[in-house]
Amino acid sequence: MILENDRIEQRVLKPMKKMKWSDIFEWLIERVFFICAMFAVFSVAAITIFIFIKGLPAISEIGLLNFTLGSKWKPSANLFGILPMIAGSIFATIGAIAIGVPVGIFTAVYLAEIAPPNVAKFVRPAVELLAGIPSVLYGFFGLVVIVPLVSDVFGGAGYSLLTASFILGVMILPTIISLSEAALRAVPVEYKEGALALGSSHINAVFTVLIPAARSGIVAAIILGVGRAIGETMAVMLVAGNTPRVPGSVLDPIRTMTTNIAMEMNYAVDLHFDALFGTGVVLFVFIMILNLVTYFFVHRNVAK
Amino acid sequence: MKTLKSAGILAMILLMVFALTACGGSTENASASTSTPAASSESTPAETTPAETSEPAAAEEITVNVSGSTSVLPLAQEEADAFEAKYPNVRVNVNGGGSSQGVKDVVEGISDIGNTSRNLKDSEKEFNLNEHVIAYDGIAVSVHPSNPVTSLSKEQVQGIFKGEITNWKDVGGNDEEIVVISREDGSGTRGAFEEILKLEDESGSLVSETALIFNGNGGVKAALASKETAIGYLSLGVVDESVKPLEIDGVAPSVETIKAGDYPVSRPFLMNTPQETTEGAQMFIDFILSDEGQAIVEDGYITVK
Amino acid sequence: MKMKERILKSLIYISTIVTVGVLLWIIGYILVKGVAHISWGFLSTDQTSDYNGILPIIISTLYLVFLGVVVATPIGVFAAIYLTEYAKQGRIVKVIRFATESLGAIPSIVFGLFGLIFFVVILRLQRSLVAGALTVTIMVLPTIIRATEEALKSVPREYREGSFALGASKFRTIFKVILPSAIPGILSATILTIGRIVGESAAVFLTAGMVPRMPRGIFDPGRTLSVHMYILASEGISFDEAYATAVVLVAIVLMVNFTANKVVNLLKRGRMAS
Repeated sequence: MILENDRIEQRVLKPMKKMKWSDIFEWLIERVFFICAMFAVFSVAAITIFIFIKGLPAISEIGLLNFTLGSKWKPSANLFGILPMIAGSIFATIGAIAIGVPVGIFTAVYLAEIAPPNVAKFVRPAVELLAGIPSVLYGFFGLVVIVPLVSDVFGGAGYSLLTASFILGVMILPTIISLSEAALRAVPVEYKEGALALGSSHINAVFTVLIPAARSGIVAAIILGVGRAIGETMAVMLVAGNTPRVPGSVLDPIRTMTTNIAMEMNYAVDLHFDALFGTGVVLFVFIMILNLVTYFFVHRNVAK
Repeated sequence: MKTLKSAGILAMILLMVFALTACGGSTENASASTSTPAASSESTPAETTPAETSEPAAAEEITVNVSGSTSVLPLAQEEADAFEAKYPNVRVNVNGGGSSQGVKDVVEGISDIGNTSRNLKDSEKEFNLNEHVIAYDGIAVSVHPSNPVTSLSKEQVQGIFKGEITNWKDVGGNDEEIVVISREDGSGTRGAFEEILKLEDESGSLVSETALIFNGNGGVKAALASKETAIGYLSLGVVDESVKPLEIDGVAPSVETIKAGDYPVSRPFLMNTPQETTEGAQMFIDFILSDEGQAIVEDGYITVK
Repeated sequence: MKMKERILKSLIYISTIVTVGVLLWIIGYILVKGVAHISWGFLSTDQTSDYNGILPIIISTLYLVFLGVVVATPIGVFAAIYLTEYAKQGRIVKVIRFATESLGAIPSIVFGLFGLIFFVVILRLQRSLVAGALTVTIMVLPTIIRATEEALKSVPREYREGSFALGASKFRTIFKVILPSAIPGILSATILTIGRIVGESAAVFLTAGMVPRMPRGIFDPGRTLSVHMYILASEGISFDEAYATAVVLVAIVLMVNFTANKVVNLLKRGRMAS
């Protein structure tokens, strides 16, 4: 609309013939940009449609409740219950949060409030590097270091919920740290200064004023961390043991929704194949709910 | 500054060109989806040449896509290397994926040959694929080399994998809990193992639900090699010194015992092709079944003759 | 009170040490275990050699990175230009933004599933580097869009106004004035994209295949470094090889992060000096 007005203005200002060429050109360029911008929309739509087209028939054939609440995953016997995988994903994520969130927030506080510039210059790239390490390397490290460690210290096979949680906890650290740090820095200086003027110590001011003020940003960081943990595949596959069973303890093996797909995608036919897409649908729904929550969190934040 | 600026402009022009080709490309792709059969022809040029199975024209590039069972993969790769050495204009891409994937790929036209490490299921027979038995393989029930147990009866193996025997001391080993390692559902090795050891009934697999699941023969081997108390099963062809295969009812798995029918756990390796087998695929299978190809099979597996 | 503060303070220090420590542990462990197994033969031969070399795997990775960057960068940059320079707030922009954010949140395995049915099966690209590259293109799009948008937003308003005042068209303003000043940001986004593509495994192994052979072109399947790493780790064919491959991956990640930072700093300084 407004762009059209621009064009009308130009039309008034410039001689008729010359304007027409540049007009078409400008219009064309804008269309190209627009199409590229719509690419993301097309992609999300296509992904959603294809995953659902492939997955929904399987879910309806198995039955929504049998599928999501069934506790037995035995494709050879036509039993497709993904409750163990949903539980596996949720437990692993809770474990990752339990490990990653406190460490992440404390580190963010260090970077935002305490670190001398020359130390921050070293810590911040380290956090970035942590984000850049491929997930398969985390998995490999977990396989050769953490699995034997867990096995030696706690007994059992070592392929466990605990191992997966630890690896995921480390993997979500960079997300939590950088977003929490940004949220802490976004709090107006006056807040802290006010608290300090009232006689509060620095640390006290951080925890009683700064963190509560940055709350919604930190929550958004945690939700993004949750998304990353739920979506992680290869690292988990290498360390989790992949037994499709609701774990009874932190030392039991788990299988997550993502690993269920990656593990059996190449081995599946017929309903089994479609049921894996069904798993993808459930995973997708989880992620989309999280994404909606973040979207509103972030935007409410901006609006404030 | 000047150079920076002109470099920037140059980069932008390049980006523009790429973007236009990219946008154009995506629409082309979209239109390709409506006329799918045409697109596949470029990867299988073999059909256009007249039957010259023995000596293909030197200039003709032929690609054979093979996928499927991870058990067949090492053998198929060795055969492919020898085959390519003999026919430099042919290229064989060997992908893994698993037995069921192999069948699916052939049916969908993604692969020219689909490998399975088990007989086709009834649901897979419906596709009317050409089945070629290229070799036989044993499944070795194996443990960590440090495990004192060297032999189990068939019943003990069943008991362990069903989860009824949970401690090594019950089968003559140390007082340690048994870590059972199995394969993912759909694996040909698992299918054959369960079939032969009667670890399945109409309700499906009887393998303990607490078993750890690993991907591929290599995955099982790696897990066995790193865990002293584990037991698993894998293709005899991939067994090396990092794991210890057990005797079953007193018979050690080997090419000889399987050939003689003494070792109970063995299965066929199949290469499946669609009714309209491509020339390259047929050449490759003919090669494997020739004396030359079977000589490669002999190294670790059991020949078909 | 004092006690509580001391505890909080030590928790802060412990957490930071844990964060940095884990990083050093991972990288140090891999380097110590792997460097000895790196050799020229390992890097310059293929799997059939005595070295079990990774040359075809490096080449496949380069193919995937090149294709991915070449397709994703223009689309991403243009999308960002639309969002910052053309679009006015409205429903369509909201939809685009939401889609971009969603795209960034979708797990890579879901991209893999999509790529498998769409590019591999429906478009009949089979498992090939081009199918893998198109899949990762969609995946990295949000990163490029976001970074470019930020870079464009940081270009001062005066630049635009000045250019318009001189009678330049919108197109000329964008390409002659705004984009050149935003190049550092775009370049570092591209470099980070490279890191992301190199590191991706879940989406790639479903779409580009796992064939450890020298690809002859983009329609051949290929195995990238991360996928190779996964196969070595999970199949335990040779842990020495796995450590050596891990070193190569770590080296790439270090290089990518280092250059991304350097590029930003250098170009920033260059712009200021001029």
